[in-house]
Amino acid sequence: MSDIADRVKKIVVEHLGVDEEKVTETASFIDDLGADSLDTVELVMAFEEEFGIEIPDDAAETIQTFGDAVKFIQGAV
Amino acid sequence: MFDLTGKNALVTGASGGIGGAVAEALHAAGATVALSGTREAPLRELAEKLGARAHVVTANLADAAAVEALPKAAAEAMGSVDILVNNAGITRDNLFMRMSDEEWAQVVEVNLTSSFRLCRGVLRGMMKARWGRIVNIGSVVGATGNPGQANYAAAKAGLVGMSKSLAYEVASRGITVNCVAPGFIETAMTDKLNDEQKGRILAQIPAGRMGSAQEIAGAVLYLASPEAGYVTGATLHVNGGMAMI
Repeated sequence: MSDIADRVKKIVVEHLGVDEEKVTETASFIDDLGADSLDTVELVMAFEEEFGIEIPDDAAETIQTFGDAVKFIQGAV
Repeated sequence: MFDLTGKNALVTGASGGIGGAVAEALHAAGATVALSGTREAPLRELAEKLGARAHVVTANLADAAAVEALPKAAAEAMGSVDILVNNAGITRDNLFMRMSDEEWAQVVEVNLTSSFRLCRGVLRGMMKARWGRIVNIGSVVGATGNPGQANYAAAKAGLVGMSKSLAYEVASRGITVNCVAPGFIETAMTDKLNDEQKGRILAQIPAGRMGSAQEIAGAVLYLASPEAGYVTGATLHVNGGMAMI
């Protein structure tokens, strides 16, 4: 697993308080990991800070799963 | 009680009577304050009077770009914004039938829209800190209406609905959002009334007098304090009994 994926996973695990095994490629933050809409905003904020990038609102809306997040960030850094 | 040591507060309209008193009360409780307003001279004067832990960040709230920049400027000056007091307000009174689009838009822009933008601007830091206090200064007329003030009353009532909605969204993050609704308070705004107007107003106030800016500041200090952590989405009316709501 790439370094970026590891760092994203760490943020997700810490923020949502879920087991690491649950954070799979296709795991949806809201449907599978118990996030509410405000959690997803906070996750995006945390990703922005961790990777020093800006994630515009329309892009943030497309980030539904762990895999989406990793893919977006890999393209942005 | 009400110890704000280590907290950083942004107060808009701090050059006015109520805003100045709010800034003084928060500062006296130990907070660092960023004083915002359009006129720099009275803000500097207040900052000098307060001494340490006081910063001046000027902004014209009718200018959207200046409003967007204000939370950042305040956070740069103080390190963070833990407490936001949206106090700045203007009036453009006119009879409804004569009220221009411009009079309506200016009052809604400064009193309501700028508060929305400032709330949005400070939320990120508060969410991360898992602590925040937003106090929006409304008005008794937002609840009762007032002839000649359709724009002002609409904007002030709008603040209440906005505050309640935001309070729902961020309550789980340790952030509270409340309103303080002053009645008739002795300020430059009410000094302009003549004796006859004042007499008519006083007849409607059970307390028999106008309130002081310090009495509003006390209500704001409470809502900004750690002790008020379980109070959110509320409107605290401070009006001498003029409207018991």
